[in-house]
This record gives sequence, C-alpha cells and structure tokens, in this order.
Amino acid sequence: MSALRRGLAPLAAAALALAVAALFLSLVGANPVVAFTALGRGAFGDALALQGTLVRTVPLLVVGLGTAVAFRAGVWNIGGEGQLTVGALAATALATRALDTAPAFLALPAVLAAGALAGSAWAGIAAALRARREVSEVLSTILLNFVAVLAVAWAVHGPLQEAAAGYPQSDPLPASARLALLAGLGRVHAGLVIALVLPLALWVGMFRSAAGLRLRAVGLAPEASLRAGISPTAEIVRVLLVSGGLAGLAGAIEVSGVTGRLFENLATGYGFTAIAVALLARLHPLAVVPSALFFAALATGAGSMQRAAGVPAVAVHAIEALAILFLVGLVDTLANGARKGST
Amino acid sequence: VSELAVLLPLALATLRLATPLVIAAMGELVSERAGVLNIGVEGMMLAGAFGAVAAGAATGSATIAVLASLAAGVSMAAVFAFFVLARGADPIVCGAAINLWALGATGSASRLLLPSGAGGAVGVRVAEWAPGLHPFTVVAVGLVVAAAVGLDRTRAGLALRAVGERALAAHVQGLPVLRIRWAATLAGGACAGLAGASLVLWLSDVFVEGMTSGRGFIALALVLFGGYRPARIAMGALLFGAASALQFRLQATGVTIPYNLLLMTPYVLTLAVLAIFAGRARVPGDLARPFRPRD
Repeated sequence: MSALRRGLAPLAAAALALAVAALFLSLVGANPVVAFTALGRGAFGDALALQGTLVRTVPLLVVGLGTAVAFRAGVWNIGGEGQLTVGALAATALATRALDTAPAFLALPAVLAAGALAGSAWAGIAAALRARREVSEVLSTILLNFVAVLAVAWAVHGPLQEAAAGYPQSDPLPASARLALLAGLGRVHAGLVIALVLPLALWVGMFRSAAGLRLRAVGLAPEASLRAGISPTAEIVRVLLVSGGLAGLAGAIEVSGVTGRLFENLATGYGFTAIAVALLARLHPLAVVPSALFFAALATGAGSMQRAAGVPAVAVHAIEALAILFLVGLVDTLANGARKGST
Repeated sequence: VSELAVLLPLALATLRLATPLVIAAMGELVSERAGVLNIGVEGMMLAGAFGAVAAGAATGSATIAVLASLAAGVSMAAVFAFFVLARGADPIVCGAAINLWALGATGSASRLLLPSGAGGAVGVRVAEWAPGLHPFTVVAVGLVVAAAVGLDRTRAGLALRAVGERALAAHVQGLPVLRIRWAATLAGGACAGLAGASLVLWLSDVFVEGMTSGRGFIALALVLFGGYRPARIAMGALLFGAASALQFRLQATGVTIPYNLLLMTPYVLTLAVLAIFAGRARVPGDLARPFRPRD
C-alpha cells in the first residue's frame, strides 16, 4: 500500500463517517447542517470552545497513545476506560488522604505517578491472567472496566466521600496536587505539555530502541520473534503495563488538571474513544496528536450539538465507530500492529 | 414452607437472569465454532433491546417487538460480517466498533425516537405461560438442544465445525467457507438480538442507555467456561443467574456490603471463571483467523 493511501485513508474514513452520520441524522428527523454547524462552533467557534477542545484532547491523547502501543504489539487492551478510572481513583486517594499537606514539588509528581502505577496495576491483572492463565486480554480488560467504574462509585459513596458528605464526590484535591493552568489559555492546564511530550518519547521508544523493536516484532510476527529469542509473553506483559500506565496517568491528569475531584462517570467514554484515536492514527505515536484533537473536537462540539439541534451527545460514539469501520474497510489490513492470521 | 418461600423466588430469579445469557451464548457458540470471534455480541444485544422497545412501543405487539429485535441483531451482524469476512478486517477491532456504534446509535436514537413521556418504556411484555415457564426460557432450552444436536450430530454442524477448525482443509473438501461463516455470524446476531429482547420484554420494561451492562461479554466468557459444549455453557449461565439472584437478594435483605461492591459480583466472577477455565477450553483451531481462498 502506498504511503499516500495509508496517510489519506484515515481522513477519508473520518469524512465518510461524518457523511453517514449526517444521513442518519436526517433519517431520524434532525437537521444535519444545523447539527454539524453547532458541533463545529462548539469545538472551535471561540476561545472558550477551543480551550474545551484542548482540555479534552489531553486524556484522549494519553490514553490513545497507550492503546496504540498495545495494538502495535498485537495486544488488544480494550481497558483504557477502566485503567483511566483507577488512575483517577488512586491519584485522588493519595492527594486527599495522604498528601493534603505536602508541598507541590512532592505532591504533584507523586499524584501523577500514583495514577500511572494504578493504571499499570489494573492492566497488570489482565497481563497476569494472560501470561499465567491463558485468558484473552480482550475479555479481561473489558470486564475490568466495569469493576473499575463500580470501584469509583463505591469510593465516592464511601471512603473517599467529601467531608461535607453532601454529594457522592471526593474532597477537592489540595492545590499542591493540582496541575497549573497555562497562562493565557484559560482552562488549559499543564497536562497538555505532558500530553505533547509523550508522543515524542513513545516515538523514540517504539522506533529507535531495542525494546520498541521487540514490541513491534511481536506484533508483526509472534512466532518468528519467538525464534529470535523474544518471549511474546514477556512482551505482552510489558506492553500492557505501559499501556495501562498511560491510561492511569491520563486519569490522574484529569482529576489534577480538570475536575479537581473524583466523581462517578469521570471517564465518560475516553477509554473507548481512545480506540478510535489510536486506529485513525494508524497506531503511530505522532499521528495520535491530530487524531486525538479530531475526536476531542467531536466530543466537545457534541454538547453544543445537543443544545442546538437536539442531537444527543452520545451520538459521537456512533461516529467514532463508523470512522473505525470505514478505515478498516478501506484498507485491507491494519497498520503494522495487527496480528496476521494464517489461512 | 418458609424455605420454599425463599428458595422458589430465588430459583425463578435465577432462570430469569440466566435466560438472556444462554440465548446470547448459544449464538456466540455457533459463530465461534465456525471460526468467527464476535465480541460485538454486547452491541448486538443492545441493538436487539432497542429494536424491541422501538417496535413494541410503536405497534403494541410483542411479536413485532421480538421480530424487530431479531432484525436489529441480524443487521448488526451483517455489518460485522461484511467487514470481517468480506473485507478481512480484524474481528476484535470490528467487534469493538460494533459495540461503540450500538452504544452511540441506540443511546441517541432512544432519545430522538422514543416517545419522551414514556421514558423509553416498551409498553408490551411477553408473559409467562406458567410460573417458571417463560417463552424466552423455552426458547433458550430449545437453542441449547438445537446447538447440541445440530453441531454434533448433523452434516451441517460437521461442516460448520470443519470451517472453524481448519478453514483451508474445509475449503479443499469443497465446503463454502465464507458462506458458512456468514450464516453462523448472522445466526449469532439473531440470538444476540433475541437476548436483548428478553431484557426489555421480560426482565425490565424500559430501554436504558447501555442497559446490557456487560451481559454480552459474560456470554462470551461462558462459551469458554463451558468448553464450547452447549449444556455446560447453559450450566454456567445458571450459575451466573444464581449468583446475580443471590446478590439482589442480599441487597434486599439490607446486608452491610456496599451496593456498588455487590454489583461487581458478575464481573469478578467472570474473571475468576476465566482464570480457571479459559486455558482448559479447546478453542476452534481457526478462530478469529481470516480466510482467503486464493492465498
């Protein structure tokens, strides 16, 4: 497949998905022009809208990177949602229960690390089940999503509920554990800087390091890499820990940079959208940046679309799904990461 | 007498909770035995539930509601089969996309199309024939028998298993590999749709966004738990039904275990079951592998 076609396919898939969504909207009696105009305005219309899109880009980018790394190795981590959720949970628990008096130079890194470690540990359950008990990570990561969401629900009704105890939410994170806002960019926080450095780091890791070569080898040809002395099982475990760690970090960034508290449904489907982000980036860490921006714009604009055209915001998940299907339907096989089946 | 008064409702609840799992799992079994791994069963169930509610609310007919759920499940399965079988795309990616599509499409369509005052209520129900004897349970038992007999004792079943086990060998024998995989996938979609209908025409009577809440994934796990044997899969579903029924019972008796932790039961149980049984199941040889006759 030519490089041009590979590069254009995601754009074509996204355009087709939007076109079909427009058709779907007119079938159910909504006006697609009104809906999409509102969506575009809600995502890019003014400074406030643009800030909203950037704020939403951060988690999608970070979880999307984790998803891309995993899929590259042929590891189907569908658990970004749960890993992000436990990352947010761990970050909040540490910040509000242990570090409420710690100075920022200590609290902030500790809180972000706690999120990443928790995400790793959560994915580590799936990794252990895969390595020791031959349980497909597809099912285990999905099931762990449900458990993670319920764990947060329990925490904010129980041990982490705010002292005032009025609402099912945690106490606010102490200021020392909050990511700073970027000067002149409104709600946009320093998490964006982290989110923009990570793709470069992962690009180096994946394409310029021996570890990255092993990871890609396992994704491309598990049997051949076994013969080359690479243990696919060890690679799968490692890649799940990295992938989960990124999602967990995204969760910590979300509570530290955006919400300032833990509450139910914090992830709002970021983990699922991240699959679309990774696939439309063709599993390339640098391409995850524009891909995350695109899906963040869709999600951010969806709120305005709901208000202006009465089209429920959850419809964007359908658009994401269409984009994925059109992409895999347009090009015969996935980018390097996909498992190649024999006939 | 008092024991009966406790156990009987528990047994009935077990049947009620196991039935959708059995129906969905039999569909997944058939499609996996043909070599097609369908993780979109969750989304197909959701589409079936929505189809049943939309058609039931519009026509007031339970029969039409059931037919609509079948149509919804089958059409989702057709989309899945097109990308996976005709285009050779990865089944896990496509299954995940199907789930995402179902979540977004039914979530938005339920708010746009269903009468707003009714709050997603279906307005029709499928009634029990006798206590403990519900049409959906009868269908589930029928599917288990049909799967057991059909897969093991018929020529069609043998052909289907051959296609899932060694697609190339089956092709050389003259079997239409892709056509059989299409048929099995569509049958699986029909079952998933029907399982969704049982949720809204029996277990509850409203459509709620994402209401399948992982039942499709549990059905997937049950297929492994049962080692691809229909009767054992059904036993597994009953075990899950019983665990869920007990969990609801515990909630009702007001034990001190927090509600949200109790709700984790089916997912944690599924993970535990997978940890014990997944490695033992003999998976069809060509499961999730694309077939291209010209290779």
